[in-house]
Amino acid sequence: MSTVGYVVAAWLFVIGAYGIASSRHLVHLCLCLAVVQASTYVLLAVIGYRPDAPAPILIGIKPDAQTVDPVVQALMLTDIVVEATVLALLLSLIVQIDRRTGSVDPDEVDLMRG
Amino acid sequence: MIVLQICVLLLVGATGSAVVLVRVPSRQLIVMSLFGLMLAIMFAVFQAPDVALSQLAIGSVALPLMTLLALVELGKKKKK
Amino acid sequence: MKHPWRTAAFALGAAGLAGLYLAACAGIPTANERPSRYGQLVNRLALAQRHVTDVVTAVNFDFRGFDTIGEEYILFVSVMGALVLLREAYQKTERDDEEDARTPRREAGPSEAVQLWTLSMTGPTIIFGLYVVGHGQLSPGGGFQGGVILATAPLLIYLADEFKTFKRVISYRLVEVAEAVGAGGYVLIGFLSWFDGEPFLTNLFPLGQTGTMTSGGMLALINLAVGLEVAAGFIVLLHAFMQSSLHDPKSKEKS
Repeated sequence: MSTVGYVVAAWLFVIGAYGIASSRHLVHLCLCLAVVQASTYVLLAVIGYRPDAPAPILIGIKPDAQTVDPVVQALMLTDIVVEATVLALLLSLIVQIDRRTGSVDPDEVDLMRG
Repeated sequence: MIVLQICVLLLVGATGSAVVLVRVPSRQLIVMSLFGLMLAIMFAVFQAPDVALSQLAIGSVALPLMTLLALVELGKKKKK
Repeated sequence: MKHPWRTAAFALGAAGLAGLYLAACAGIPTANERPSRYGQLVNRLALAQRHVTDVVTAVNFDFRGFDTIGEEYILFVSVMGALVLLREAYQKTERDDEEDARTPRREAGPSEAVQLWTLSMTGPTIIFGLYVVGHGQLSPGGGFQGGVILATAPLLIYLADEFKTFKRVISYRLVEVAEAVGAGGYVLIGFLSWFDGEPFLTNLFPLGQTGTMTSGGMLALINLAVGLEVAAGFIVLLHAFMQSSLHDPKSKEKS
């Protein structure tokens, strides 16, 4: 199970990076970036998982019982919220790029021209 | 349980690839929401309810909506 | 850089990554091999020292509370950045008002079924969002998740009617104030500890009984502040995107 998780995480990273490298539309590029970021969720979810352990909600279980690792879950939570806001910032940058250069194709956008 | 986890992981991988391979942003957005849903299911299966809840809220509401609105803005420009 | 070159560079990088990653994976312990010491420790401390049952919330808002300030400000700053970028875009389009006025948007409007469903779901969404924020330290949820859920409530109203109604419902000034209070509140709560001579963000409030909504002391307050900040931040963000992409040319007011 862990091995499958690691492979899926690597796969998402590589295919997302491929999407970024070959993208012809900046919005497409942004969503590919979200896929790259999702690979970290998969990796963290797999690393934190303990077989047959409950979620780290300490209701109805003994205090010293083993649970799924709460620390990586806190990391994932942070990751997801930050992803959404970073994406918002990137999207508004795209809107600006479109306004200034009239194109959303990364190959045609020449920002240095001003 | 392990079979379920492997299935969910493979589904996440497959939908993630689909997000990249669909090249038209407006269609890609629909696949993206599906991918977000798969991620949320994956978190639930891996005993991370907090993260599942936040992925569900972000992936199904905030992210597609913002992208859609940005696309509307870009499309408005194109028409002129 | 031209397209073929970029693909070649990517292929090179991906091949290198694949090699390194496989080598790294060989060294990662599998899930059941080694339990994380930190995780187990946090589990024990959360209940004993903080009276909190949701350990993830405890890690976010208490044990690593200082990091979450950073995270909250990432959110705050990117909302601000998006706002600045989109506002300029919006002002530029105002010149095109006359052209836009000739093509009215949303002639048809949503169907009655959509209106009934979205409007009747607005109330429950707000209640559910408040529930998720309020029970952050007890059950899955907390400021971040509940905040986003709360931000969807005015969106449902937008779906039922149009942008003008959305603007009227949210009262933009109030949302801006709420965002500032949420972002500043976290830091101010942290400063409170200094008055007692304790380090930043040390809990001063009574911990309360485990399993009640007031348990956790300062953590519960921080949770509320983050909920406020996230909800307001997302509403501001969506408002900015809507303003820029579907603004109604007939209303000339500037916000």
